[in-house]
Amino acid sequence: MLAFTLRRAIQAIGVMIAVGIISFSMFRFAGDPVNQMVGMDTSGAERAAIRKSLGLDDPVIVQFGRYIGNAAQFKFGVSYQFRLPVSNLLMERMPATLELAICATIFAMLCGILMGVYSALRRDSWLTHAFQAISLIGISLPTFLIGILMIYLFSVTLGWLPSFGRGDVVHIGWWTTGLLTLSGLKALIMPSITLGLFQMTLIMRLVRTEMLEVMRTDYIRFARARGLTTRAIHFGHALRNTLIPVITVAGLQFGSVIAFAIITETVFQWPGMGLLFVQAVQNVDIPIMAAYLMMVSLIFVTINLVVDILYTIVDPRLRSTISRAH
Amino acid sequence: MTEPVLSVRNLQVEFASRRGTLRAIDSVSFDIAKGEVLGVVGESGAGKSVTGLAVIGLIDPPGRISGGEIRLSGLRIDNLPPEEMRRVRGKRIGMIFQDPLTSLNPLYKIGDQLIETIRTHLNLSETAARRRAIDLLAEVGIPAPEKRIDGYPHEFSGGMRQRVVIALAICAEPELIIADEPTTALDVSVQAQIISLIKRLGRDHGTAVMLVTHDMGVIAEASDRVAVMYAGRVAEIGPVQDVVRNPLHPYAKGLMGAIPTLAGDDKRLVQIPGSMPRLSAIPRGCSFNPRCAFAFDRCRIERPEPLPRGTQSVACHLYDSVPTESAA
Repeated sequence: MLAFTLRRAIQAIGVMIAVGIISFSMFRFAGDPVNQMVGMDTSGAERAAIRKSLGLDDPVIVQFGRYIGNAAQFKFGVSYQFRLPVSNLLMERMPATLELAICATIFAMLCGILMGVYSALRRDSWLTHAFQAISLIGISLPTFLIGILMIYLFSVTLGWLPSFGRGDVVHIGWWTTGLLTLSGLKALIMPSITLGLFQMTLIMRLVRTEMLEVMRTDYIRFARARGLTTRAIHFGHALRNTLIPVITVAGLQFGSVIAFAIITETVFQWPGMGLLFVQAVQNVDIPIMAAYLMMVSLIFVTINLVVDILYTIVDPRLRSTISRAH
Repeated sequence: MTEPVLSVRNLQVEFASRRGTLRAIDSVSFDIAKGEVLGVVGESGAGKSVTGLAVIGLIDPPGRISGGEIRLSGLRIDNLPPEEMRRVRGKRIGMIFQDPLTSLNPLYKIGDQLIETIRTHLNLSETAARRRAIDLLAEVGIPAPEKRIDGYPHEFSGGMRQRVVIALAICAEPELIIADEPTTALDVSVQAQIISLIKRLGRDHGTAVMLVTHDMGVIAEASDRVAVMYAGRVAEIGPVQDVVRNPLHPYAKGLMGAIPTLAGDDKRLVQIPGSMPRLSAIPRGCSFNPRCAFAFDRCRIERPEPLPRGTQSVACHLYDSVPTESAA
């Protein structure tokens, strides 16, 4: 078990180094950063001085080593645009993005699992058909459109919810949270739903198919033959067996929730990392883009690792295969 | 003999399909007494398993029991409301399925599955249920049950898993056990152990056993009486020695003729020509008539009803009132 975790952790580090190469190469191939920083009238000598001060004239491999070394300590250089350390900027923005992503995922899991279980067990009820219709909308409508439609309905027409921003936030150490104020909570509703809707439909459809599949298995038939209550069969036996693929998908999707937050954050002007990234792209602020790439990959890799470990907790069969294999 | 544990009368099971209603079971009647093992034998699709599922009330739509009645120790159970039928399942009727590898939920310890079942049916505390579970595992021949109770199904071999399944089926001391091909998925040496286990449990607890199989060897070894099914009907039923040694129905004759013996006579095994009709194309008259060497005009028109003949009962016109030519 420990050996398995360790092996996965080493693989994860390998992936992060590979991402480091890509993010580093952005500096090399996305134009000369010095040109971005200086005006038209800067002399060649001044440019060379800046280049030297930024270490841009060292051999590539040295620059790369320095970059990775710094990145490992969460130092991503200075933003061209804000003239502030990128890590400070990211740290400042991260709580907003993580709060949004976590709320969206919780919303997606809760509603997705409930709707999935219901529509698997009551295949012909009108509510099931309604769920299917909602899931079709969730899958096919693009996120930004759903966001804009919601803003139109709930902010512009009804005036119930704020159309942009995070509302009032409370500082807890370096972390800022909108969960403790009413305006913060209200501001969180629409972005969370917009961001989570796609995952919700995905989870709902997954739970439904898996549940239908599991209900046909022999051990469910045997559980019925043993006279267990319908409740025990549905929620004790069937649901637990459907949870493995759901954990995988929800876990892996959490990474894409963070990545897709770019769109939602832009629509709702949510002050998170995604919005920062979009602004960075517009201004060719490569340190921010590179750091964002590294951060998102780190989150993806960490989630993969956690999902792998979670599997072994849910499914005892894997526990023994793993200990046998190592 | 007092009231039989299981009494099935004119049972009819139908499946609604796109091309009309298919009758999978047609007027099947039999009894099983306390402590008796009734073997139910026939080819695939003869309706053996469906009969078992009908008794325990697990026929899923589009199938349904469309006629007849099933009584368990006198109580009519074929029309019980679902919740009451659930209480009968596992408590008064235990069922064992064919494949022990897929009968157990892979995510739960076998102990948890046992305790869950025991506590569903018996009013026992967690610890008392656990003690009972260990006793049950010991009874079905699992070595070191107090240790194995915390094992997961994948840690058991096929034969051991079938023992666990049997422990689950008998955990509330049911009056009737339905064993649906309990040995088909096991290898031969394990088959014998499982069969003798089922036999022993039936004898020790006075449980009636309905043993569904297509294996004549299993039937001959384990059962007291045997019902031969063909195309959803009982062709012949009687004490196992009589039916095996002196089968009356031409189909039963064919089946018995197809059993290889160790006696050393190297005759070719007899084969029944043709195959069983599909449910959508059951012939008029006796459903066996197209394959029967003795069929005459009446067989092609009129469906034979079961008639008592000695200790046996047979549904064949050859044995009807006017003694025609001998079937032997």
